[in-house]
Amino acid sequence: MVSFQPRRRRSGNEADRVRDYILETEGLTKEFRGFVAVSDVSLRIRRGSIHGLIGPNGAGKTTCFNLLTKFMQPTRGVIRYDGRDITRMPPARVARLGLVRSFQISAVFPHLTVLENVRIALQRERGGSYDFWRSDAVLRRYDERAMALLGDVGLTTYAQAPAGTLPYGRKRALEIATTLALEPVLMLLDEPTAGMTHEDVDRIVELVRRVAQGRTVLMVEHNLKVVEGLCDAITVLTRGRVLAEGPYAEVSRNPEVIAAYLGSDPSVSGGSQGGVAAHA
Amino acid sequence: MASATTAPPGTPALPPVAAQSFLGFTRAQAIALLLMIAALIVCPFFLYPQFLMKLLCFALFACAFNLLIGYVGLLSFGHAAYFGMGSYVAAHAAKVWGLTPELAILLGGASGAVLGLAFGWIAIRRQGIYFAMITLALAQMVYFFCLQAPFTHGEDGIQAIPRGHLLGLIDLRADMSLYWFIAGLFLAGFLLIHRIIHSPFGQVLTAIRENEPRATSLGYRTDDYKLVAFVLSAGIAGIAGGAKSIVVGIATLTDVHWTMSGEVVLMSLLGGLGTLFGPVLGAATIVSMQTYLAPFGAWVTVIQGCIFVLCVLAFRAGIVGEIGRMLRVRL
Repeated sequence: MVSFQPRRRRSGNEADRVRDYILETEGLTKEFRGFVAVSDVSLRIRRGSIHGLIGPNGAGKTTCFNLLTKFMQPTRGVIRYDGRDITRMPPARVARLGLVRSFQISAVFPHLTVLENVRIALQRERGGSYDFWRSDAVLRRYDERAMALLGDVGLTTYAQAPAGTLPYGRKRALEIATTLALEPVLMLLDEPTAGMTHEDVDRIVELVRRVAQGRTVLMVEHNLKVVEGLCDAITVLTRGRVLAEGPYAEVSRNPEVIAAYLGSDPSVSGGSQGGVAAHA
Repeated sequence: MASATTAPPGTPALPPVAAQSFLGFTRAQAIALLLMIAALIVCPFFLYPQFLMKLLCFALFACAFNLLIGYVGLLSFGHAAYFGMGSYVAAHAAKVWGLTPELAILLGGASGAVLGLAFGWIAIRRQGIYFAMITLALAQMVYFFCLQAPFTHGEDGIQAIPRGHLLGLIDLRADMSLYWFIAGLFLAGFLLIHRIIHSPFGQVLTAIRENEPRATSLGYRTDDYKLVAFVLSAGIAGIAGGAKSIVVGIATLTDVHWTMSGEVVLMSLLGGLGTLFGPVLGAATIVSMQTYLAPFGAWVTVIQGCIFVLCVLAFRAGIVGEIGRMLRVRL
């Protein structure tokens, strides 16, 4: 229902724009006591695409991410999600509208079992779970769907293990399963492959590609190889500003982008420094 | 635990339902519960019922406090306010209005809950030490209110509270009659807390304790859940306070004093935070010490302090927490 439609009409009217772009920002700015972390950022995320947000360390990617998911309030600017102004909404409300995020440090509930982790998300559809007088046995009806989701990310065998005991890569997979349980329209992934071994990276890339079917994904990512292989479009941030936007092949040839990456600290691109330079 | 993570990928999935749990109790918890019920039945024939009843009131108070710190991760340092207000309101209702004891106690619980709603609403916006300090400050306000308000009779407190007739029918003047009523009340409160923890609501609470930003990102308004938990805890504390004033026959400033807030922290910590039975055992230990070491006078406080230090240094998980760790079960 949210798949990308290439059909375009020659009119800039509002309805068309909303149909094409799920998330738009205008002049998004965040200042911390005089320090401008994000400055005048205007983003457009196309429906059904995988959009990458990249940039050197300290470019404001994570701040930007926190602004979009409402974990921080912008100083100025407007955020529109699905044609609706969400600039002043609390984060839990935004999540209920289908804009669901993950976290940079793997965010699981360590003492709950893997199954319960996913179930907490599935439980959302009951509405607010304020019924403290009812037995949690009523939650068993979500077990089947939770197991199916765990199957999707290859965690079936770990269902009864406490989530805290999972190895790092599996925790990220569990986090994605939990996020998916909410059936998000727009998924925001904050460095899904950070700190992973090569095989784990491949597994997560495959997973993201698979779950991106029928939804939009915005990801912050350091690993340029991952970005190149996965993203339909990227936005490059430096010092809180948008430096370039467009398809990877195009942006990576941009001399300013190359300068931003090589001019600062080339190690930020992790194992694939060649990524940008190779295209130069 | 570790074996589950190293399971080879080919092994079939475990059944998603923990088959060994009964009404949310693990096997070990069910055994402990039966032992506790047995103790409730046997103890009054060997020990002074008045002492046991007081112990049960404090045990319920500690359980209510533990609901917040153990399962939501909120350290309230002003729980005496809800306990004390419950105590005063129940005393006033029983003595001046002539209400039956169960109604007086319920009214005490309601007043604790209302106070909890107001204070929780203010405090819940802050985290960690700030939360603790705000709850303490608000509780001090209640203390000074109780010192001045006419119905509490200041330093004298409310004395000679009648035990009355349960439901207007059963005379509670005999210690054993009152004991069965208080034991039943305690057990009901204990089971209610257990149910709260093992409800859909409790699942969300656990998730919030474990990782609040993640719970928010899943669409839960975490402040609302914390507030409901706070109100429940304050309400149960109010019931415990009300029951205490009926049992002892007086409601005094001791009940709202900050040392009472400290005592309930000590009880929960000693027994084991976040364990079901810990607060009960912790309260039993502290109340027993206060009763049986009474001849030592002021030294009781010193002995309590030493035990507290020992507890923090040697067995941080508390008595029940350590037993659970040794037996590898959840209690």
